[in-house]
Amino acid sequence: MSNYIAPLRDIRFVLNQLVGLEQVSKFPGYEDATPETVDAILEEAAKFAQDKIAPLNIPGDQAGAKWANNAVTAAPGFKETYREFYENGWTALPCKPEFGGQGLPKLVSTAVNEMWKAANMAFALCPMLTQGAIESLVIAGSDKQKKAFLPKMISGEWTGTMNLTEPSAGSDLAAVRARAEPQPDGTFKIFGQKIFITWGDHDMTDNIVHLVLARTPTAPEGVKGISLFVVPKFMLNPDGSPGKRNDAYCIKIEHKLGIHASPTAVMSFGDNGGAIGELVGEENRGLEYMFVMMNAARFAVGLEGLGISERAYQRAVNYARERIQGPETGAKSKEKVAIIKHPDIRRMLMEMRAQTEAMRALAAVVAAQHDAAVKHPNEEERKRSQAFVDLMIPVVKGWCTENGIQVASTGIQVHGGMGFIEETGAAQHLRDSRIAAIYEGTTGIQANDLIGRKMAREGGATIKTVIAQMRQTEAELGKFKGGDFAVIQKRLKTGIDALSAAADWIVATYGPDVRSALCGAVPFMMMLGAVAGGWQMARSAMIAQSRIDAGDKDPFYPAKIATTRFYADHFLTRAPMFSEIVTAGAPGALALDEAAF
Amino acid sequence: MKILVPVKRVVDYNVKVRPKADGTGVDIANVKMSMNPFDEIAVEEAVRMKEAGTATEVVVVTAGPAAAQETLRTALALGADRAVHVECDMELQPLGVAKLLKAVAEKEAPQIIILGKQAIDDDANQTGQMLAALLDWPQATFASKVTVADGKLTVMREIDGGMETLQMSLPAVITTDLRLNEPRYATLPNIMKAKKKPLESMKPEALGADIAPRLSFLSFAEPPKRQAGVKVADVSELLAKLKNEAKVL
Repeated sequence: MSNYIAPLRDIRFVLNQLVGLEQVSKFPGYEDATPETVDAILEEAAKFAQDKIAPLNIPGDQAGAKWANNAVTAAPGFKETYREFYENGWTALPCKPEFGGQGLPKLVSTAVNEMWKAANMAFALCPMLTQGAIESLVIAGSDKQKKAFLPKMISGEWTGTMNLTEPSAGSDLAAVRARAEPQPDGTFKIFGQKIFITWGDHDMTDNIVHLVLARTPTAPEGVKGISLFVVPKFMLNPDGSPGKRNDAYCIKIEHKLGIHASPTAVMSFGDNGGAIGELVGEENRGLEYMFVMMNAARFAVGLEGLGISERAYQRAVNYARERIQGPETGAKSKEKVAIIKHPDIRRMLMEMRAQTEAMRALAAVVAAQHDAAVKHPNEEERKRSQAFVDLMIPVVKGWCTENGIQVASTGIQVHGGMGFIEETGAAQHLRDSRIAAIYEGTTGIQANDLIGRKMAREGGATIKTVIAQMRQTEAELGKFKGGDFAVIQKRLKTGIDALSAAADWIVATYGPDVRSALCGAVPFMMMLGAVAGGWQMARSAMIAQSRIDAGDKDPFYPAKIATTRFYADHFLTRAPMFSEIVTAGAPGALALDEAAF
Repeated sequence: MKILVPVKRVVDYNVKVRPKADGTGVDIANVKMSMNPFDEIAVEEAVRMKEAGTATEVVVVTAGPAAAQETLRTALALGADRAVHVECDMELQPLGVAKLLKAVAEKEAPQIIILGKQAIDDDANQTGQMLAALLDWPQATFASKVTVADGKLTVMREIDGGMETLQMSLPAVITTDLRLNEPRYATLPNIMKAKKKPLESMKPEALGADIAPRLSFLSFAEPPKRQAGVKVADVSELLAKLKNEAKVL
């Protein structure tokens, strides 16, 4: 059994040295986020994640959330720990100060969220969904709605849900059929069924605020006819306290591959006369509001890939140190050794470690750009940062969650046969990781968004800027002496060249032959993630070398350079392969007639 | 009533420490540092007394390098009101620390000084006792329950044979044992507020205490590796081994 230890050393490096928390804390409104204060926040979050949330991970997986009589009971321990979690103020961390939030930068919430997700992904989903609902209300809610719901949701006393999916409306939300009938008092009666509603019901709080997509009777067909409604589980009394039970019930929870402690609800609205809801924002603009929230949620799901990877890596390292099997290859002694001494185990552990560090670095860079996009005093800078964030969000979501699956799977492989046995805990990570590449937009949806909306629509302007920045890093690597840096530079160049060629092909092909371009979407996204991760690892290695040159003896720095070298040799080298798949893979993918399957 | 809580910055309890290669000390370069866990219990107890209305102000104090301010901020985030940092980079020993604390206590005039019974780095278990002696105050060490009523302090303390209850007048020195309380987790709003709470820094010279080390350390070494055990066939073999080999019977 291994405990989760928050990787504070690497988190601090990424925040303070790679990304520059100090610059972020100079933006107006972020003055409180000084490196010293953030350090204290990280320490305390790490303690809470390690001592309180992580120990519930395996028991939560085993017991799961329970459903009976249209109501869900959270897995044992979750209610008490969630209460302590919100009473200690963690739900308010990224939220707006005017409603009781702490207003801390996304860079800080990213670091803290990684810890929650690594400690217990099922637990962390509840505040994550609440956060999404909060952001939707902030964007589109009326002042009255904001006043009624936001303080309680930000404090964590109430949680929130996002009711989008229906049995026939999954990735295609245009097919939403839930109905909203206007009432004389200005409210709406909501009817319909929603599925896959994360934390749709539970007993941890005395109210749940459902945000629901539905159509009004006069709504046009398709995506332009969907409105957003706020439907609390308990309607509010005049004094704002939870009152009468609303006609919104969880009629079932799903039996799933993973995240067993996160109840995935089938929600039925209006079986007993109609669930009372209020319109949020303007009629027929629901999807637009949702997508603002969705971008934040996609980024947050990307962090699940990162968190799971870190946890799987720690578990694999612990096991590899303990498990004795066979003598050391090439050694004279026949003494049996821990498997961490075997070369292939090393390779696997390094894969896990390098991927995890690359994801952490890239996610933090995107988070800091998000902060700049919101708070930078210069409008041009804000625009530039926003373009970068828009481009990279599908990558953080798609690449990190796919990596999470891969890393969790490698974690099982390190355990050998025992990895396949549930009691080691390695299998849970793979089971939990699998959903992250599906919900909030599958990997395919992310990749389509990336090459369509984020690249082709603007003629590849932003990706070209990013590639130019990568080339600057590649040039800087030349200033560093030593074999590692020569190799890292060479590999990064290979990666950037391949990326650049594939990006040009995507932009050129998307218009004339969109079907071929879309066949290359996922491989292109994975490649962009891999090269961008290598780019940030290369920057990390240069910072590390500068510290070493300045006489710093911290073993963290040589390890960072070695990990970057590994990343370059094992991951940047794959970029040309991806480029081939992107540019040449479509004919094969589309060759067979449908009937041939 | 004012409470003074001395705290110490030590190597985190999760860290497996190693002696330096030359045997001159413990290698603490790049090692995670935290508040001494016994001191955390002391801060918690003081904050609880303030929350219960027994105390009006909780002042934390530490002596150590600039980085020790982090430990003071931690205590402020847990609920202490203000902090005093006696900044010194030189090696400190229990008697020196006790003299510094005595000087701070004379300035602050607390009714209670509560601190950990020992620090988990050197495990000296001396500072509290020395401080009480220097101040000529009553002391209650290894406290597992503390109550203040009618100007009297009642302390239940852990002793070898069980529990002992002492009553004493104020001001007094208390040192904490593990079972006194379970320290809270700092809340996010309190972490944010902590940096705005007053933190006064001073040099040891300003306190006029002689903190020169009186003890010299000869060498630091790893404890010998534990030998593998043996299985015994029965109780009589065990007894024979305890008698003849271990010579403990």
